[in-house]
Amino acid sequence: MQRFAYRRPESVEAAIQAVSAAPGRPNTPPVRAPGQFIAGGTNMTDYMALDVMRPEILVDINRLPAARYGRMEAGAQGLRLGALVRMAQAEDHPVIKSQYPVIHDTLKLAASRQIRNMASLGGNVLQRTRCEYFRETSWACNKRQPGAGCSALDGFNRQHAILGTSPDCIAAYAGDFAQALIALDATVETMGANGGRTIKVADLHQQPGSTPNVETVLEPGELILFINVPAGPWTARSRYLKIRDRDSYQFALTAAAVALDLDGDRVREARIALGGVATIPWRAHEAEAALRGKPLDENTAAQAAQAAFANASTRQHNAFKVPLGKQTIVRALLETKAMKV
Amino acid sequence: MSTAAPQPKANQGQPEPRIDARLKVTGGARYAADIPLSNLAYGVLVTSDIARGQVRSIDFEAAKATPGVLDIVSYGDMTGIEKPQFGSAYTSLGPLHDRTIWHDGQIMALVVADTFEAAQDAARKVKAEYEEQHPSGHFGSAGTETIPAKGHAQRPKENPSAGDFDGAFQSAPVKLEAEYRTPTQTHNPIELFSTTAYWTGKQLTICEPTQSLYGLRGEIARQFRMDPADVRVIAPYVGGGFGSKGPSTPRTAIVALAARRLNRPVRCVVSREQAYTTMPYRAPTRQRIRIGATPDGKITAFSHEGWELTSRIDNYAVAGTETTTRLYGYGSVASDVQLVKADRQTPAYMRSPPEVPYVFAVESALDELAYKLGMDPVELRRVNDTDREPIHGKPFTSRHLMACYDQAAQAFNWSARNPKPGSMRHGDWLIGMGCATAVYPTHIAPATARVRLRADGDVLVQSASQELGTGIRTVAGQMAAEQLGVSFDKVKVEMGDTELPPAPVSGGSNSTASVCSAVLKACQQIQERLFRAAVASNNGPLAGRNPADLAIRNGALVAKDGAAQKLPDVFALLGAGAVEEYAEFIPDGGPHDAVQKLYQGKLTMTGGPEGKKAKYAYGAEFVEVRINSRTREIRIPRLVGAFAAGRIMNTRTARSQLMGGLIWGMSAALFEATEIDERTARTINRDLQDYFVPVNADVQQVEVILLTEVDHEVNPAGVKGIGELGNVGTNAAVANAVFHATGKRLRQLPIRLEHFVA
Ligand SMILES: Cc1cc2nc3c(=O)[nH]c(=O)nc-3n(C[C@H](O)[C@H](O)[C@H](O)COP(=O)(O)OP(=O)(O)OC[C@H]3O[C@@H](n4cnc5c(N)ncnc54)[C@H](O)[C@@H]3O)c2cc1C
Ligand code: SF4
Repeated sequence: MQRFAYRRPESVEAAIQAVSAAPGRPNTPPVRAPGQFIAGGTNMTDYMALDVMRPEILVDINRLPAARYGRMEAGAQGLRLGALVRMAQAEDHPVIKSQYPVIHDTLKLAASRQIRNMASLGGNVLQRTRCEYFRETSWACNKRQPGAGCSALDGFNRQHAILGTSPDCIAAYAGDFAQALIALDATVETMGANGGRTIKVADLHQQPGSTPNVETVLEPGELILFINVPAGPWTARSRYLKIRDRDSYQFALTAAAVALDLDGDRVREARIALGGVATIPWRAHEAEAALRGKPLDENTAAQAAQAAFANASTRQHNAFKVPLGKQTIVRALLETKAMKV
Repeated sequence: MSTAAPQPKANQGQPEPRIDARLKVTGGARYAADIPLSNLAYGVLVTSDIARGQVRSIDFEAAKATPGVLDIVSYGDMTGIEKPQFGSAYTSLGPLHDRTIWHDGQIMALVVADTFEAAQDAARKVKAEYEEQHPSGHFGSAGTETIPAKGHAQRPKENPSAGDFDGAFQSAPVKLEAEYRTPTQTHNPIELFSTTAYWTGKQLTICEPTQSLYGLRGEIARQFRMDPADVRVIAPYVGGGFGSKGPSTPRTAIVALAARRLNRPVRCVVSREQAYTTMPYRAPTRQRIRIGATPDGKITAFSHEGWELTSRIDNYAVAGTETTTRLYGYGSVASDVQLVKADRQTPAYMRSPPEVPYVFAVESALDELAYKLGMDPVELRRVNDTDREPIHGKPFTSRHLMACYDQAAQAFNWSARNPKPGSMRHGDWLIGMGCATAVYPTHIAPATARVRLRADGDVLVQSASQELGTGIRTVAGQMAAEQLGVSFDKVKVEMGDTELPPAPVSGGSNSTASVCSAVLKACQQIQERLFRAAVASNNGPLAGRNPADLAIRNGALVAKDGAAQKLPDVFALLGAGAVEEYAEFIPDGGPHDAVQKLYQGKLTMTGGPEGKKAKYAYGAEFVEVRINSRTREIRIPRLVGAFAAGRIMNTRTARSQLMGGLIWGMSAALFEATEIDERTARTINRDLQDYFVPVNADVQQVEVILLTEVDHEVNPAGVKGIGELGNVGTNAAVANAVFHATGKRLRQLPIRLEHFVA
């Protein structure tokens, strides 16, 4: 990997400043921004070793006050999770287990326990795609190099997205946790050179469009500090179904995060977010609408699934994700309905 | 005794724990790239981004300017060094001998620097310009060339055939014809490939994980036009090879050259990504099976045709028809193997090279036939069991295939299976059960060993075999302990260094039979010296007896009537502190110069169908699959295998080998495939994130049954190889179980959920 400067600031301000201290190059794709944060490092070091990420200044945020950013609070309003909380810590939290099982599931089913011991919640949300053509720098890739072309479009694209794609990029968003977050209307609190703001997780990631190199709405040097998950009547009856070849340690081929507020059989509110099939964490609003007010059964679940993939666009190796994605939704809905809450 | 250390049955050795178990789990075992050296420099390979063309120019300027860079070896630097020789090397390609690119990720340079990081950074700055040509990387690609394997490759010598296949097939009342496909697979041993080289005057030392120390020594000496005696190869432990570390590779000479130019040790650890293209792989195959049978299941006509992918420059073939045409008592047999030459690097051995792909086709076809006939698949195999191989009518030294089926079927509870496809279910999960035959030819090769027994009972065994994790050190030690009457903990075993007497390549599952035969012989020579001394003494307790009546047990020589003399006393008679014997083992019928060849690193392995009797180990494997009725993910809750493989030296290490085989077999069925980009013939999934192998969660119950089998004819040690037996047939057993679960026949591996959602 190329040489870089390594900083370990102890305050948020210093961290933001340290990242911005890297010599600015206008229009650099965020992937190639000269200053980068590192938290658990499980994504960052991986991509640095592959020469995909080439920070000149690497700013380690693990020395930010743990009492604030490494803390989890669970109250009547919901959850407030520090960005530096490790995936494993959140996974083990008793309130998350009992009241927000969909969050617990997305964490438990991700990566391996060793990785989860390192990986932070903030870093998890911002992890980059696993597109093989993105990971190997000798391929043309619009995400790494705007305008270079997309090698995956007509390449081996079994893992690639079928929703939210563009002619310039079909890379799937790889993470699981963010699906739970958008299903539950979570927000992130951030801090940047221009001050702080609150962003819906659903608005955080950007579809590739003609600028696949821009992955989120975050400004360069903007830090995620907290993740807030509001309480709601649907959080307890929720789960995440992740389908993959292996039984563990694999990114989702398809996945569905489901949260239900039921009145007997009838759906008061359904929350559905999809993983493995879209370029960003994907909320299936059409599917939710198809269920609202209806009894949840095999039939309505299938209708919801149909609605979710109405606009899917497939390539040579990923067409199976349409029927599989539908089945995933059906199964997730029925299993969530059957949960004892 | 425990599950991991099964109680030995008759003709099975004690489940001694591995001699190096503690070292390995504590990190004390030293692998080739761990050997500490002072003043070490680090090399990183630069590889091509295209699969076919010419390197028009290559720009090292930025690389050379990187702080810490010492040297770059590239085109024009190999003068005076021979290209690799196909056979002892996996390819004849000398990648730096000229600027032609024959395959993706071909070596273009080695950048050497003070640190690994600097070398890696500099290697990435090397820019090549190519004159690119359109590559053909697949069977179907335009521009490939198809040639018969016979006459062009080392195998097959003949396409096995018997009787009149065409006639028999035509007149057969029941016919089956089907095509099968297996994918490219990559070995992925956990220990990465590496070479460390240093020169002391004109002597070259290579530390490299290899399955053939003397083979590598001979090949490197040839490339550098040196006396092999001036080359030393060291690999104390090897972290898995599976064939990939059998033949040598072009990398070694390049690293050795860099070390010579710098007069400094150079170490190159190849990245996982680069290993996918600088090392060989298992070739993809296409196969066609035709079977004619009677309504009661007797096969009257069997034909097996195979197409295997190879490179443009080398004709590598596995020709598994040599085994499959001898698997059952077919009436008539036809076979053929073709090579399809494409713009890929040369493939090579991968655990059970011929059997894994070819037995998949046969054992799938038999299952199809069983369904066609409405027969139990086990009974179909029984009807076609045979005591002679059908090609030349040779008897087997031993064959207990159906005994394996019976024991495995019972342990698996096969009789509870409802044969109707799709009929078994547990909640939302479809259940499928399938079975298949495992078979592996028993090979043996010349080997040498030196054994030293000290008066205090300490034993040292030396042989330049390779410990790949199979347990060869352990079983060689057990053989010596048994023969010299000492407890196992008194034995030390040294391997992994060409300073030791030569042993054959760790391949073809020959090592236990070959090395143990040499150790056995050396121990017998020691016994003889001790026995002679004891009987020749004037007044000792064994004086005047017949040496043939003596044995050695618990630190003493003993006679049948109980008279005994302790070892130190026998050594006193000899006036020696230790007795050391060197032995050469040449298998029956082996060439008289076999050991000379072994010293030169040349292979003379025999077995399988060769000789007066055919030599094979067998097994029967049963698999249960569960497939979700909605989302179709495939899980394997149970694998059961029963194996009959001659004498089992150590039930613990044997079980471990066979269990690993079953797991790999399942992996090959469901997970593994090296994906090649169709447009560019480049490898896509080049790491363990995207090349799937099972994780713990995928491996549930695995049961290994070791049958008692006594075979005095197969070789002096009575041992059949088991290293490659376990993963043969498993892929078919899985495919058969998947058919049983779903009614859908998958003739192409890997079997994945996308084949079932619609
Ligand atoms: C083998 C493997 C398997 C995996 N499998 C899964 C899986 O199945 N499911 C899944 O969801 N994930 C999986 N992962 C991904 C893993 O969960 C992520 O790598 C991890 O969550 C990232 O967190 P981190 O703290 O290590 O991030 P880092 O690597 O430190 O950072 C990741 C990115 O986030 C940025 N960043 C980090 N923290 C902040 C912050 N607070 N504010 C702003 N920017 C920040 C960094 O600059 C960087 O761009 C897998 C990873 C590996 C290596
Ligand atoms: S899909 Fe996106 S990330 Fe992948 S190669 Fe195309 S542009 Fe790059």
